[in-house]
Order: sequence, then structure tokens, then C-alpha cells
Amino acid sequence: MLGRMDRPPTTQQDLPPPVPAPDDPQLLHRRRFLSRVSIALSTLAAALVGVPVVGFLISPLTRRSPRQWRAVGPVDHFKVGETVSVTFEDASPLPWSGVSARTAAWLRRDSDSAFTAFSVNCTHLGCPVRWFAESKLFLCPCHGGVYNADGSVAAGPPPKPLGRYPARVRAGQVEILTSPIPIA
Amino acid sequence: MIRRLLAWLDDRSGVVTWARHALEHPVPRQTGWWYVFGSATFIAFMLQVVTGIALATAYVPSSGDAYDSLRFITEQALLGRFLRGLHYFGASAMVVLIGIHVARVYVMAAYKFPRELNWVSGALLLLLTLALAFTGQLLRWDQTAVWSVIVAAAQAGRMPFVGGDLARFILAGDTVGGTTLSRFFAFHVFFLPGLVFLLVGLHLWLVLKHGISEPPELGNPVDKATYRERYAELLRRDGVPFWPDAAWRDVVFGAGVVSVVALLAVVIGPPALGAPPDPSILEAYPRPDWYFLWYFAVLALTPQHLETVVIILAPLIFGAVLLLVPVFNTGERSVRRRPWAAIVVLLIVFVIATFWVAGQRAPWSPDFNAKPLAAATVRDSSTAVVTGAKLFHDKGCEFCHAIEGQGGKRGPDLTLVASRMSPLEMVGRITNGGPNMPAYVSRLPQEERDAIVAFLATRK
Repeated sequence: MLGRMDRPPTTQQDLPPPVPAPDDPQLLHRRRFLSRVSIALSTLAAALVGVPVVGFLISPLTRRSPRQWRAVGPVDHFKVGETVSVTFEDASPLPWSGVSARTAAWLRRDSDSAFTAFSVNCTHLGCPVRWFAESKLFLCPCHGGVYNADGSVAAGPPPKPLGRYPARVRAGQVEILTSPIPIA
Repeated sequence: MIRRLLAWLDDRSGVVTWARHALEHPVPRQTGWWYVFGSATFIAFMLQVVTGIALATAYVPSSGDAYDSLRFITEQALLGRFLRGLHYFGASAMVVLIGIHVARVYVMAAYKFPRELNWVSGALLLLLTLALAFTGQLLRWDQTAVWSVIVAAAQAGRMPFVGGDLARFILAGDTVGGTTLSRFFAFHVFFLPGLVFLLVGLHLWLVLKHGISEPPELGNPVDKATYRERYAELLRRDGVPFWPDAAWRDVVFGAGVVSVVALLAVVIGPPALGAPPDPSILEAYPRPDWYFLWYFAVLALTPQHLETVVIILAPLIFGAVLLLVPVFNTGERSVRRRPWAAIVVLLIVFVIATFWVAGQRAPWSPDFNAKPLAAATVRDSSTAVVTGAKLFHDKGCEFCHAIEGQGGKRGPDLTLVASRMSPLEMVGRITNGGPNMPAYVSRLPQEERDAIVAFLATRK
């Protein structure tokens, strides 16, 4: 149909052949200079745009949210020895974060004034552990990690004890210090 | 009129001639149905682009609103449910088809000289497809998506030195929040598809430049010095135009793929939205979509001391090996001289299928929904045994241990435990625990423990 079936078509066929290198050394020098200047200017222009873009993308690495104490309820709401889940807002939730800015912790009242707050993230791969009061165990639904009441590993794949949040009592309120998700 | 318009267009742009050259370029006559998977992958990708653009007109990529916008698309928008179904099954089709395409090219050794870069660009497209599948699953911004992000960050966090930074990069901050989703959205709809377009362009360009590989022939090894000439000779002697002599199969198969995807989108529909993306809801049971379910199983079944090695090194080694396949670019192409190629493919399929089945059963996950044992299962009606059976459920034994199929599979099935353990051994195991079982010494009063043992002693 097209005749020359033997040759795979390429668009290069449509381009004129490159101009041969000149014999004149001055012209050669000039061309070399012009191409270097062009490459340098292009690189500069690319960097002017590229560096801010990359910096913008990796900004989470340098941006640390300030940590905040968040009230999770009045002290008398918690019974000594009981472990319950509490919910609080992240340190600096953005206006469009919605429910995704919430975090939970397992809070236990150890004594009248002492509280322990455990991270809900399993140290294996971060899934949310559940407190099972009947056996005093934290259980992970993903790969079956189990922790003792003090957060130490009881069984399964977790490599480390459960993380903890700093907790305190201020003005009759239990407060938890927001923290990054414990990873690595 | 149209002819004159085309002639003008071609004179000014050259695209008509180029398109005809591309469509009618000669291909070996013997290509067959095994050659349809590349074009089918491309058709699936275009389906994703079109349905993705449509969905993006209604989807709100904000951590707080995405969930509600998805509910709107699914429940209220005209054809929204169908489009989500198309996009989901289109993604599944793309993953499956690119997998078959890679396997076909590997078994037929089509990556050999001069098509090494066809392979490399295709391998990168495979990795991009998986990245699109993962980020796409996250855009279904429900509870499972939130926990998938956290699990991904936790895996990245295992990387030595840079793990913490990588995890922060994935979460886009200290925790999941307002910044997390919009970044995944941008990657899923702009960055990754942009790269796919570039690489597909390169891939197709290379296919045109080197021609479609001829089916391998035993005793006809690839020799760099003679291959190009031999291929040109083959086309001269026995070449047919790609369109329509070979392309009709691509069209038939591609139309079949689109039809099956559309059928599944109507009959099965898109995956249901889970609970809202609220990380403080702890009743969560995160599972990846089917194409990563096998990896979920790998993570569960890897021995603990190998875990970091498997999480970090295995993907790196897999990627490196994949890209280095065309290093062996000459010699026999026929699978009869390369039986290991078929074995490798079958092995990979077998391993993934095995892990996939394991991931489906997930025996390592405790069964938090296990129901109390029925009287018919307990059989014995003495007080101690009935109390023990109740405690077996209430104390969580049943999360991990099954009796007559009821209960978790994390630990050994205890239906017939009394036939292999004496009551004294049971007391020891319950008190001290085992490798994957917590010690119950401080969790069970002695009388409760004895009741449980009384119940278990009847299981023989």
C-alpha cells in the first residue's frame, strides 16, 4: 500500500541532515561558545523553577509541627486502673483536615494523679491496636501483634514496646502532648 | 473535501503520513494472540485516564472532604457508581494485563538485542502501574486508606538512615492530616500518569523503530551482527501491515477487555467505602486491595529477624533484577532452550498466588468477632466445663484458637487438644505462654484457668 514496507518509518527521515562542522576554527569556536552559553542558561532557568518545586515537595521533612498539650477529659472521668481510648486533635490541624486530624491514644489512670498514654500504633507496621480489658492485652488486627498492659511485647511480630505520649494533669483536666506517629 | 483537508493537514504537519506509516508498518506474519497484551494494557490505561478525568471533576482532594465527595459520586451523581466501578476494574485489568505482557515478553525473550530498551521502559511502566494502583487505592479516602498510608510510612521507616524522613515524606508531616491526601492526589493524577505517558511514548517509538519481535524459533539465536538484517529480510519476505492484519486481534481483545470491565462495573460495582477516614476510630481492620493482598501476607509471614531485610531489600533487588534482565541480550530466544524462563514465571505466579490465598484467609489476624461457643459445640454440661467454655470466649482465647472451626486461626486449633496435651501441660502453656502466645499467669485467676483447662480437657 505504501510501497516501502522494508523500512520502519521514522520521523528523522523528515529532518534535514545536520550541517557539517566548519573548517574555520573561529566559527567552530563561536558555535562551541554559543552552545555552552545556551546550555548554561537553560540549566539556570530549569534550576530557578526546579529548586523551589523540589523544596516545596520535600518541605514536610523540615517542617515540624509544634507539640501541643490537648485536654482529653476531666480527671474524675477516668477510673484508677482502667484503660480507655481517648481522642484529641493533632497539633496544628489545617482547616480542611476534617476527621483525619484526629488521633486516639489508650489512656490508663495509674493512680490519683498519674496517667499513662499509649500510642495506638503497633510498632510492627503501624496498625491500630485495641485494648482487651478481659485479658489486659493490646491486640493488633493486622498481623497479630500482642502487648502487655505496660506496652511491652507479649507475642507476635512487633519489634518494640508500644510508644507512649507524655500525659499530665492540669486544672483538673488530663492532657496529652501531641506527637508524631512513632515510626522507626 | 475531507481528502483535500487531510492533504493540506499532511502537507503542513506530516501527521497523516506519519500515522499511516505507524499503522501500516510491517510486522512478522506469525504474530498471534500472545501479542495482544501490550496494546490491551494501553487500552486499560486510556480507560483509566478517561474515567479518572471524569471522576476528578467531582472528587474533592482534601483530607476532610474526599470521603463525602466519594459518597456523593457513588450515591448521587449520575453514573457515578458505574464510573467508579470502571476505574476500579480498569485498574485491576491494567495490573493483570501488564503482568501477562511482561511474562509473555520474558518467556519469548523479546527483550534481546536490539530491544533492550523496550524492556527497560516496559519494566519502569510496570513499577509505575503498581505505584498508580497503590496511590489510587489511597484516594478512596476511607479508614482503610488512612491506615494504609500509615502502614506504608511504617514500612518506609524501616529503611536505615533515611527511614524517618521517607516516612514523613509519605505522610507529608508528623501525622496523617490535611496535607496527606492532596499530595497523593497530585501524584496519582499528574505526576505518575505524566511519567506513564512519556514512557509509553518511548515504548511505542521503540516498537516502531525495532519492529514487533518475531516469534522465537528454535535454533535461530540472536546475533548482534546479523539480527537486524535477518529481521529486515523476514519483513521483506513475509511482512504484513500492522493495520489491519495484526491489529484486528488487538482491537478484538481490547474491546473484550473494556466490555468485561464495564460488565464487572455494573454487576459487582465499585469497592464499598469503609468507615470515615478518622484515625481515632480504632475498630479498624486494614486490608490492601486484591493486587497487594499477597504482599500483606508476605509482611505477616516473614520471620521477625528477616523483616527489615525483606521490607527494604526485597523490593530493591526485585527492581534491580527486573531492570537488568536484558543484560543477557543475545543467544537463543526459544523457551525450549531457556526452560528456566518458564519456570521463573510459573514460580512467581505460584508464590504470589500462595501468598494471596494466605492473605485472603489471614490466619495471623486474631478473630475479634468470634462468637461464644454454642452448647452443642461444648457438649459437656458440667458446671466447670460450661464455665470454662464461656471463659474461653470471654478471655479472648477464641480470638486466636478455634474449636470446631469457630474462632481465630492465629494459634493452633484446639478442637482435639486433649488428645495431644495433658491438663498439666495445658496449665503450663496457659501460664507461661509460647512464642506467639502471651503468658496468662497474671491475667487469669487460678480458678478461671482451671475451668478453661477443664473445658479443654474434654476436647478429644
